[in-house]
Amino acid sequence: MSSATTTAPAPPRDRAHDGASSAVRHLLARTGRYVFLCAVLGFFALPLLWLATAPFDDTPTITASLPQFTLDNFRALLDNPYALSSLLNSVYLAAGTAALVVTFAALAAYALSRVRVPGRDALLYGLLLLSSIVTGTATMVPLFELAFRLNLIDSRLGVILILTGGLLPAAIFILKDFMDATPTSYEESARVFGASPLQIMRHIVVPVVRPGLATVGVWAVANVWGNFLVPFLLLRGPEKAPAAVIMYTLYTEGGQADLRLLSTFSLLYSLPVALMFVFVSSRYGFRFHGGIKR
Amino acid sequence: MSAITMRELTKVYPNGVRALDALDLEIADGEFFALLGPSGCGKTTLLRTIAGLEVASGGSVRIGDRAVTNLPPGKRDVAMVFQDYALFPHMTVQDNIAYPLRIKKVDRRGRAEKAAQTADELGLSALLQRRPGQLSGGQQQRVALARAMACHPQVFLLDEPLSNLDARLRLEARTFLKRLQRELGVTTVFVTHDQAEALALADRIAVMEGGRIRQVGTPTEVFRRPANTFVAGFIGSTPMNLVDAEVHDGELAVAGARLPVPEDTRVTSGEKLVYGVRPEYLDYSAEPVPGALSGQVVVVENLGSFSLVSLDLPSGDAAGGPGTSLQVVVPEGREPEPGDTGWVVPRPGRSLLYRDGELVSSAAAPPSVPAARTGVGAER
Amino acid sequence: MARVTSPPDQVVQGRRPDPGASPAPDAAGLGRARATGFLVPAMVLILVFLVVPAAWTIYLGVTNYRLTGLAAANPEFVGLDNYTRALGDERFRSSLLLTLQFVLGSAVIGQAGLGFAIAFALRDRRGPLRRVVEAFVLLSWILPSSVVAFLWIALLDRDGGTLNTLLGIPGTAWLLDHPMLSIIIFNTWRGTAFSMMLYAAALENVPRSHLETARLAGASTWQQLRDVVFPRIRGHVLTNLLLISLWTFNDFAPFLITAGGPEQRSEILPVYVYKVALSGGELGFGAAISFLMLLINLVIALVYLRMLGRRKEAA
Repeated sequence: MSSATTTAPAPPRDRAHDGASSAVRHLLARTGRYVFLCAVLGFFALPLLWLATAPFDDTPTITASLPQFTLDNFRALLDNPYALSSLLNSVYLAAGTAALVVTFAALAAYALSRVRVPGRDALLYGLLLLSSIVTGTATMVPLFELAFRLNLIDSRLGVILILTGGLLPAAIFILKDFMDATPTSYEESARVFGASPLQIMRHIVVPVVRPGLATVGVWAVANVWGNFLVPFLLLRGPEKAPAAVIMYTLYTEGGQADLRLLSTFSLLYSLPVALMFVFVSSRYGFRFHGGIKR
Repeated sequence: MSAITMRELTKVYPNGVRALDALDLEIADGEFFALLGPSGCGKTTLLRTIAGLEVASGGSVRIGDRAVTNLPPGKRDVAMVFQDYALFPHMTVQDNIAYPLRIKKVDRRGRAEKAAQTADELGLSALLQRRPGQLSGGQQQRVALARAMACHPQVFLLDEPLSNLDARLRLEARTFLKRLQRELGVTTVFVTHDQAEALALADRIAVMEGGRIRQVGTPTEVFRRPANTFVAGFIGSTPMNLVDAEVHDGELAVAGARLPVPEDTRVTSGEKLVYGVRPEYLDYSAEPVPGALSGQVVVVENLGSFSLVSLDLPSGDAAGGPGTSLQVVVPEGREPEPGDTGWVVPRPGRSLLYRDGELVSSAAAPPSVPAARTGVGAER
Repeated sequence: MARVTSPPDQVVQGRRPDPGASPAPDAAGLGRARATGFLVPAMVLILVFLVVPAAWTIYLGVTNYRLTGLAAANPEFVGLDNYTRALGDERFRSSLLLTLQFVLGSAVIGQAGLGFAIAFALRDRRGPLRRVVEAFVLLSWILPSSVVAFLWIALLDRDGGTLNTLLGIPGTAWLLDHPMLSIIIFNTWRGTAFSMMLYAAALENVPRSHLETARLAGASTWQQLRDVVFPRIRGHVLTNLLLISLWTFNDFAPFLITAGGPEQRSEILPVYVYKVALSGGELGFGAAISFLMLLINLVIALVYLRMLGRRKEAA
């Protein structure tokens, strides 16, 4: 309820006092931020310490501690018959899946982006829903049975196909986004100059969309490199097993885990994805989170 | 000979939108032709249909003596420069310019030579190894033009060639473009929504609206004698004055004044028409002029070497209905003040009459070279 | 001013089809046939390895198919028996509950909350601190799950684990005494990177001018968050929550750490299905539970999409 009379203006605040208290608040906020970030850093670095120290430790224990430096532990990798071959298996699975995913997704995304295929919008919506709902975990039972019927049990090709099928919807989504953002004037310009569709794809589309292809390729490799469930379900025996499965068996099977082997194997297994990620993000930037564009 | 002829050209989109409505148009060989109109009028669709990027739903297109209506874009021997120039970002300037030749399977040395030669003509020799991303807007435009020129097409198609340049650069580029077209002598069709650009550059203009051509003519024709009130309102940096008029005893009753009926017009007594005259063709007088339009000055806008003065005129209606307003161009030094009373005299031969939106004249519009059917008096 | 425009003359505005839908159609002149051909390889793979298994789940779920024994050769149709059995099974119900706890704790609170907090704390900073923090967070995401699982086993080890050594409490068996807490923290650690990147990008999209207007009006940081930031990023928050909820619900990695133990106290649904169907060999029953999982996935997706849609209408 406002009175008709004007109220006297509020007494002038003590400017100096105000300034001081807000400065203090500011300082507290900033220190708070730093403390928080340091805590975060500690939280995320802590489990990684072991990975950084144990492979180089002469007597590795389960505790992360300053290593008595040696490179001998890596010899343990050579002693285990399946360690290095599993890494090769991982490479094979990752490269194969990435190749299929990038190629098929690029073709499909281009067609969906540029041509009004009948039922396109329904298809896209369906793909979105499908890729989120149907996961390897939710369908592990029928996948296993399907692989059995298609004679793909214990076949690395089977793993590649299943993983490709799982990754394709999201890959098509990401690539379609990239394609949509690429102006069509390049293709139309080339077309008016007489280029055939195949020439247009080769000369114009692929080079321009290369960052998108690289992103999807890297993302596919990272996914497959660490994928445990599908090869675990489908592959029998350690000769074909990728590193993800071998790693698991190394620390679950048989008595005392060989920490030398475990530590060096972990490091070697982790290195490729870490390096690849660093390389790609420094070159192309890593920007495909949910279509947020700058 | 690379004239372009369109007959009954129609384009209907799947959702029923009629982007081009049975257009007839002829563009002469070597002409610099403008397609002008507001957004959505179909000018870009027409350009793309000539290029072959849009497939016509009906009608025909001929380039030179070839019927190209069903030919794919690559086979029509046209070159198109897009609004964003479409320079391939991963190729150097040289490779960009040489690209059409690469499609035509010219060998590497031939391509390099031709690219260097074309680049030289446009002053781009120093930039041959750069990427498009390293070029300025004006340079990019010239590279796009060079690329279009390199394959010696019969027709150039330019989609809003100057829109992407900032204002100062635009004027330079305009002069450059006009000179280039004159030197090359290639039939050029360009699309613009800027009427000043069309007037400055084109040999002839087609003003379009809603998928139809409302008038085709030289810049002078379109400026001095717009065929209908749409064109009258669209052309000209200052809009044409359009005022209600009524014919009384061989004279026009306009806003309380009596004006002579323009020559070469046939009107009937008592007819209600629209009287049109450009602000540039009105003379302002602070002294009373008998029989002239008069009113009160409301707004004076300073435009540099002249001012645009808006006057409120009485309605001339006995019942005292709402008045109209008129705009006059007044040279510097003679501007009135708001509130002044002023008299306005139209210059002889510059007044127009419109009946139901169409220009009233006694004779048919003189044919402009070459003979082309315009939208005038041929409404469906 | 009586400005007479030209008569409409039944003119339809010649507009180009809605540009938002897609760029100019068929720019490269592919044609429908070729375009459909481009789609075929991807669609075939998706059909065979994604759609068919999903549909197959339904069929398997109503049989008593087993890996070995009589039912393997001659599976019988058992109608909804598997489903009633599952819904009545104590183990299933507790597994479902554990999974919901898992999603709530590690996805909604953990990943999204921590991810946002980090993104917010790092906002507007460009220096080395940001790069280091982001690097470590991303590293945790990118390392293979088998390795990460072992790192956490080592960290949480009762006798020699680094955590106990640091805190000075040797003998605390995290994995045995607090299995759910362990896997929740583990999953938060692993997954925060995605949320952090997403929120970082979303925060950068909040126009400076809005925040400054609020600040000039006297809003505190918390009020700025509430009134300027959250409303703008609500769509992204929902998308993020949808994705990580689904991913966490279906995450198999905790199997690598606790294998559902001890005594099924951390047996989330993915582990439960594995144990029942592939260890225990009851494929039919396992398929029924898988189908229930698919349904729950669908429900989660639809709920979020509905919320997203409603927000788009309001905007």
